[in-house]
Amino acid sequence: MTRATSLLYLDGVSVSFDGFKALNELSLTIAPGEMRAIIGPNGAGKTTMMDVITGKTRPDSGDVFFNGAVDLTGEDEASIAELGIGRKFQKPTVFESHTVWDNLELALKAPRGPFATLFHTITGAEKTRIEDLLDLIRLNDKRDELAANLSHGQKQWLEIGMLLAQDPKLLLVDEPAAGMTDAETAETAELLKDIANDHSVVVVEHDMVFVRSLGVKVTVLHEGSVLAEGSLDHVSADERVVEVYLGR
Amino acid sequence: MMTSFLFRAMDARAGIFLAIMAAAIVLVPAGNLLVPEGSPFHVPTYAVTLMGKYLTYALLALAVDLVWGFCGILSLGHAAFFALGGYAMGMYLMRQIGTRGVYGDPILPDFMVFLNWPELPWYWYGFDMFWFAALMVVLVPGVLAFVFGWFAFRSRVTGVYLSIITQALTYALLLAFFRNDMGFGGNNGLTDFKDILGFDIQADSTRAGLFAASGIALVFCYVICRAVTRSKLGKVLVAVRDAESRTRFLGYRVEHYKLFVWTLSAMMAGVAGALYVPQVGIINPGEFAPANSIEVVIWVAVGGRGTLVGAVLGAVLVNFAKTWFTAALPDIWLFALGGLFVVVTLFLPKGIVGTFSQGWTALRQRKASADYEAGSDEPPSSPPHAPSATARDAEPQPAE
Repeated sequence: MTRATSLLYLDGVSVSFDGFKALNELSLTIAPGEMRAIIGPNGAGKTTMMDVITGKTRPDSGDVFFNGAVDLTGEDEASIAELGIGRKFQKPTVFESHTVWDNLELALKAPRGPFATLFHTITGAEKTRIEDLLDLIRLNDKRDELAANLSHGQKQWLEIGMLLAQDPKLLLVDEPAAGMTDAETAETAELLKDIANDHSVVVVEHDMVFVRSLGVKVTVLHEGSVLAEGSLDHVSADERVVEVYLGR
Repeated sequence: MMTSFLFRAMDARAGIFLAIMAAAIVLVPAGNLLVPEGSPFHVPTYAVTLMGKYLTYALLALAVDLVWGFCGILSLGHAAFFALGGYAMGMYLMRQIGTRGVYGDPILPDFMVFLNWPELPWYWYGFDMFWFAALMVVLVPGVLAFVFGWFAFRSRVTGVYLSIITQALTYALLLAFFRNDMGFGGNNGLTDFKDILGFDIQADSTRAGLFAASGIALVFCYVICRAVTRSKLGKVLVAVRDAESRTRFLGYRVEHYKLFVWTLSAMMAGVAGALYVPQVGIINPGEFAPANSIEVVIWVAVGGRGTLVGAVLGAVLVNFAKTWFTAALPDIWLFALGGLFVVVTLFLPKGIVGTFSQGWTALRQRKASADYEAGSDEPPSSPPHAPSATARDAEPQPAE
């Protein structure tokens, strides 16, 4: 795939921290509408890759393009979010002293400037949207609860809801099933598959059962670059992958 | 748009606060001016001025609470904005002295004559007009805060580092204003004021008027703070306080939000300083002392951070205690203040107002759940701020 037709295009991206190469000539392309799972052992550079895409970390070298044309290396976190890249963190980060409703309202796609929010009054359309999201993430009865009082799984779901409220073109989801029960993990996989119907999604995950249930193309990272790419069956048949990751 | 913006500011707690303030604004001046001396209801003039001073401190505390309580910016330099507002008012009051100064110079203040300055420095121009001085009261702290905040927030200076540079800011200004060459009276500052807007500054009626003006300014700024903190912008501020980088990833420019609230807060501090100076009759570089800014933070912590009303209450209570202590047990005061801060930090981390409202909510919830167990229709999870008639009318339940 060429840069022009891609949604996300990483080419030769390197990042090092104090001499440690977190990313080493990483190249990766995500097509519009695609859902991709990224796996790899600890320290493979999965989170650093997310940091580079969302503007938290500047790459030492390499190109990062969004929508084929926008150079993300020149943008900061806020403007990248405005371009349409949403991120869910590994550790669920919701606004604990706000209610579930307010968390979603803050995430909702709307003008982000201080004066726009100062005089903002919530519209009927926004309310409907929040109601829909509450149903989707099954937190309707918790809407007035402070986010701090939610269980770990509920916080994960709230964060996915916030991600959807932003209405991004591309969702970066870091370990959505971490700390969830088996039943919650299965539900989360279903939710992500639903979301992937009209969004592009990149999922970073450790849980092989979860990745298998997504049934999408898998990219294996190792030591900051791509080791293998293809279906889960294809990559798990690859001997190098077996060696570094599946640990046999 | 504006009405809904201001309407948001109101709820029960705000209503109680505004009612108390309205009563004070009417009753204290009336008790001073209308009730004859000797009556038990007479408010002596020194008390009016003292309370007026407390109100200006309360406004300063409110400004600190807005940035610290809601946006997590721990400013240890807000006294700088307070003092700058005070100096702007002091310059106006100096120009009003005219020929009544010791040297009788119609233009130059006494200290300039004493230092053999040939003419008024350019930055004193315009301060003979009240409107200009009033504009500078908000503009000078506002511009300084904007420039300072622009660099600090854009460079993502946060936490302890930001607190330290706010201390450095106020300390630098302290040293600068101590210099005679600055043209603000050096060590002695500005004093010997005669009148304000044509009224004798020592007169009882002027004192009462200044008290009322302080009260009105406090009410006005309180309503603005409420409207700001209860808007969507206020929710973003709390989000920044609790998870700054998460807020960035939602697409909010955190530095713009901080800059807005920081500048607004500095302007309020400036207004507080401007009302403080005519009531105490002097402004000198001592007001920039780093310890002053730290004391303001203690007032806010005692009253309850992030509650607005708590900041006002904390400022009034601690300063009342200070007045009493420094008269009765002058050597103990600093120990008492330090002890108070330790006690509040350890036992009342939410301050007086925070602890009280938390206790109140818990009490209502317990009552609601007791009623529920007794067979009332009221489920225990109902919002504690809206108890139903059944919950309110039910008989109190014995403790289990």
